[in-house]
Amino acid sequence: MRHYSSHVFPLPVSFSFWAAGLFLCLFFLLPLGVVLGVSLASRGLYGGVQWIGTFENYRRLADPMIGVIFVRSILFASLTTLVCAVVGFPLAYMVARASQRWQLVWLTLVMIPFWTNFLVRTYAWVLILRADGLVNSLLLQLGIESEPLPLLFTDLAVGVGLVYGYLPFMVLPLIVAIERIPPQLEEAAYDLYASVGAMFRHVVLPLSKPGFWAGGVLVFIPSLGAFITPYLLGGGQKMMIGTLIQQEFLVSRDWPFGSALSFGLMGTALVLWFVVSRTSLGKDVQ
Amino acid sequence: MSFICGVILLMGAVLGLGGCSESSSPSQSGSPEPPILYYYTWSDYVDPEIVASFEASRGVRVVVDTFSSNEELLAKVQAGMTGYDVVVPSDFMAGIMAQLGLLAELDLAQIPHVQDLEPHLTNLPFDPTQRFAIPYLWGTVGIGYNAKVVTEVPTSWEVLWDPQYGGRISMLNDQREVMGLALRALGHSLNSQEPQLIQQAKKKLIAQKPLVKAYTSEQFDQLLVSGEVVLAHAWGGPVARAMRENPSIHYAIPQEGGTIWTDCLAVLASSSKKRLAMDFMNYLLGEEVALLTSKRLLFASANRHVRNQLPPDIRDNIAVYPPQDILSRMEWMEDVHEAIRDYDRAWTELKVH
Repeated sequence: MRHYSSHVFPLPVSFSFWAAGLFLCLFFLLPLGVVLGVSLASRGLYGGVQWIGTFENYRRLADPMIGVIFVRSILFASLTTLVCAVVGFPLAYMVARASQRWQLVWLTLVMIPFWTNFLVRTYAWVLILRADGLVNSLLLQLGIESEPLPLLFTDLAVGVGLVYGYLPFMVLPLIVAIERIPPQLEEAAYDLYASVGAMFRHVVLPLSKPGFWAGGVLVFIPSLGAFITPYLLGGGQKMMIGTLIQQEFLVSRDWPFGSALSFGLMGTALVLWFVVSRTSLGKDVQ
Repeated sequence: MSFICGVILLMGAVLGLGGCSESSSPSQSGSPEPPILYYYTWSDYVDPEIVASFEASRGVRVVVDTFSSNEELLAKVQAGMTGYDVVVPSDFMAGIMAQLGLLAELDLAQIPHVQDLEPHLTNLPFDPTQRFAIPYLWGTVGIGYNAKVVTEVPTSWEVLWDPQYGGRISMLNDQREVMGLALRALGHSLNSQEPQLIQQAKKKLIAQKPLVKAYTSEQFDQLLVSGEVVLAHAWGGPVARAMRENPSIHYAIPQEGGTIWTDCLAVLASSSKKRLAMDFMNYLLGEEVALLTSKRLLFASANRHVRNQLPPDIRDNIAVYPPQDILSRMEWMEDVHEAIRDYDRAWTELKVH
């Protein structure tokens, strides 16, 4: 019996280890390895991949034109993250401090849009923002504007679409973070004659940092590589990293360069994550 | 708390999948009963009724999947999505795909309707004898415009550079078409391969960009109808459909001429159901089905017997059937070989500005 159990115990541990390892290899390392391999190859004239090794694709990343696209995408992603934080915080606070029953209601309302395809929801914004769309009809009806405003296919439209798409990713981690703050701390602040503003500034906001951090990462990284939103709401005007990668794969059929761009995108995200995590925002969280 | 974490994970999964769930790739190992034919075609070429009646008459199932540009078709077929049987490349792309060995050689004895082709669609340079591809629908690229705002019929592509229509112009989101338009406007062939001509065209397009509302190949008809744009670089068919919704929409083909195109039916070399695929092609090319197709989709049929049976509002609509005298000014798009790299680069530069 004794002999038996000493053998049985380590088995589940090594099993879960290998299962996790296999999972990582199959769904993370293997695809990433394929992309890396392709990024080091050459393109065929009509697309496809010629297995001639080269660093040319990475050299092309230094092109100023590509730099402009990366900088633009980083700006858009940063602004999206900032707006999501500003808009998301009051909502998250309200949900976190609501009664159990209402919390479920609010959370369900935040979730419901996810039952519809992201593409369809983004296209709905086309219908809202276009010249005879909801916003412009309203402005004309109320007599605020006499001509429809050009809203669709502008940077503003892309920004609105990105904030709309990724706001829940900011709100949910914030709810988790705020729920962890004991309400007694807020009462204590008031007892010490803090105004509402001072209470938020000195108590709730600093303690919500882990939520801002997690939400920021969840919003920033997908908006950095966003493709559908700039494509549909930006009218194909201003290229972003996501649309550039799509173009390399489906229009130019330059898979090796598209793969190198994907690695450039990952590298950019990693570097930015590293830099921000060393600032005051990241430090206490780590 | 774990409920919320679960919710976050779930949302991540939904969002991750949401973006790319456009097409379920056909599985290669289908059981043979009933046979399934995989048809890969343009997004505005599908009429469910036509497909359904083929399914009913042959006792097969047809699975339709769609693409929105020739480049996308080639990229997906090259990426190994070889489960498709029948595909619909345009003229020059049919040539490229045949050259790459992606298309099967056709047995014309099984496609008798090949005899009914419009004369100007036979003997085309990319496949003179219909060895690999048979013209199916055809048309032109021109300008769709709103006559309430653009009161004079556009006679030149230069109208797309007219500042008075700034912010109310849309261009196709198609690299060869847009570059080709600029080359024609400059008086060159839309198949030019000289780097300095491509540079000139790029400069002209960059100068135009502040006036352009959007580069789109899918939404321009809706933008015309809603009044968002008043001039659209456009394929004829969608403009013809827009006319039905908004009678002030018209279509013009500029004097400099532009692209004439035909989308062709072809069978992939990797297809395991070539006989059924060719039967399907013959079905689509037959007079009765072709007539219904043109009525529904408002594209001109390659079957020469169709035109005279169409109602006059379709037959005489230049967005569907261009007038005979314009045909001589139109140019077929051809493969530009190595110069495609210059086109790629010029297009990306245009989109960066």
